[in-house]
Amino acid sequence: MTNDEILARLREKYPEAVVDTPALIDFTVVVRPEMLPEVATFLRDECGLDYLADVTAVDRPERFEVVYHLYSIKNQTPGPFVLKVYLEDKANPKVASVTPLWRGANFQEREVYDLMGITFEGHPNLKRILLWEGFPGHPLRKDFQNRTFTFKELEPTQPKGPDW
Amino acid sequence: MLKTETITLNVGPQHPSTHGVFRLKLQLDGETVRDLEPVIGYLHRGIEKLSEARTYIQVVPLTDRLDYICSMTNNHAYAIAVEKLAGIQVPERAEYIRVIMAEFTRIINHLMAVGFLWNELGAYFTPVLYCFRERERILDLFEMTCGSRMMCNYMRPGGVSADLPEGFIPQAKKLNDHLKVFIGELDQMLSENEIFLARAVDVGVLPADVAINASITGPMLRASGVPYDIRKVDHYSIYDRFDFEVPTREHGDVWDRFYQHILEMHQSVRIIDQALDSIPEGEVMNPEAAKAIRRPPQGEAYGRIESPKGELSFFVVSDGSGNPYRLRIRPPSMINLSALKEMCRGHKIQDIIIILGSINLTMADVDR
Repeated sequence: MTNDEILARLREKYPEAVVDTPALIDFTVVVRPEMLPEVATFLRDECGLDYLADVTAVDRPERFEVVYHLYSIKNQTPGPFVLKVYLEDKANPKVASVTPLWRGANFQEREVYDLMGITFEGHPNLKRILLWEGFPGHPLRKDFQNRTFTFKELEPTQPKGPDW
Repeated sequence: MLKTETITLNVGPQHPSTHGVFRLKLQLDGETVRDLEPVIGYLHRGIEKLSEARTYIQVVPLTDRLDYICSMTNNHAYAIAVEKLAGIQVPERAEYIRVIMAEFTRIINHLMAVGFLWNELGAYFTPVLYCFRERERILDLFEMTCGSRMMCNYMRPGGVSADLPEGFIPQAKKLNDHLKVFIGELDQMLSENEIFLARAVDVGVLPADVAINASITGPMLRASGVPYDIRKVDHYSIYDRFDFEVPTREHGDVWDRFYQHILEMHQSVRIIDQALDSIPEGEVMNPEAAKAIRRPPQGEAYGRIESPKGELSFFVVSDGSGNPYRLRIRPPSMINLSALKEMCRGHKIQDIIIILGSINLTMADVDR
């Protein structure tokens, strides 16, 4: 199944889900954030896109974009199917987690949460992964101040417990 | 009635059998692992953030430091992503050089994977020393080509930084013939060892459906019986011109993952043989490339390769300026690590170490 056929089937099944199909180098489909779990389930189960290669996010001036790169291992088709959601609320960005669908998203969503500050609702274990609890801010955001921190500023928020 | 309770045990961050600074939080019931949580981030250097303050060409040395064992393939993945973004063609000879270097890198990585797995088993530094001897010979080739043994910084968007030096091809051919024999010897000496079979067979089984669901790639996925190789699927670079197979195993245990590496090395030797025989003359760098990557057009590109450890991909977002707006690195090691819990649950504590070894991690790649 080619990417165009997948998009046609997606439009047929969820007519209101697709917001935009921007002309980028890779085939990209933007869906509404609240429809993401349904759309992702449909793509995985009905369209053969069983391999979630990559979950990441981009901090644009007006919104956050969460980007999912999907491939098909079953059909061995080349070319990514890029699924995107736009999160307009920059103060409190959140989107449903796809970890229940692909357990491979677990660490990647934690990383996006850690470095970009996007909350994934329904994630089983959403906490920082590369940085520690108490790190000031989310480094990959564009408004993050890239400066030298003092040791005091970088201290963890709570003392280490017995099972730290 | 015996009163039992699980205990929490920390392995690491500094521990001789973890591949770097890495911590495992184990929930143990006697010697049996009930639950496990990998804790990572000790080696986080913020390469994605650092890239945003650099020009496109200045990111290349940073990619060397992702997975320092396979710096050539890291360069390759980044070059492919930027070439896709800026629409750069790569000269024929450069593509052949890239394939030769990438396959030599795969052999290095697989030799180390095999060797260090035996370290984990307690055969301390005897098998790995033989692997390192052959690795040094490949590194000699890298050194004569780009002046560096590990941080190669060789493949750039648009080609490679320098042509092959005089005498490279005869020496590479000689080494390749030698490697063919050596890999056979390694197989003969290690694979059927009775102690190894007792430790590795049926340990850390990863079923194919779990592997796909957990986004596992590379030798680990193929050891579970899924014939997915990006060299065959995407035909990036010039891999469609070479005759090679995608070996798979069926069971997905530690022994299969070990043997998968041996089988893949044989295929890499085959590819290098063909590439060395058919490499054409010509230039090695597209003269337009330096200008094209100074300010690539606005857009996004996702470039991926079959790195020795799995899918390594770069997601480059350009806003039309001289620096990447966002650079996402999809590291194979980190995502392969996320299936550790599935593989370890119910096994004894000493098996955790070899399951971890069979994933073949580099912590620099996990934490970036």
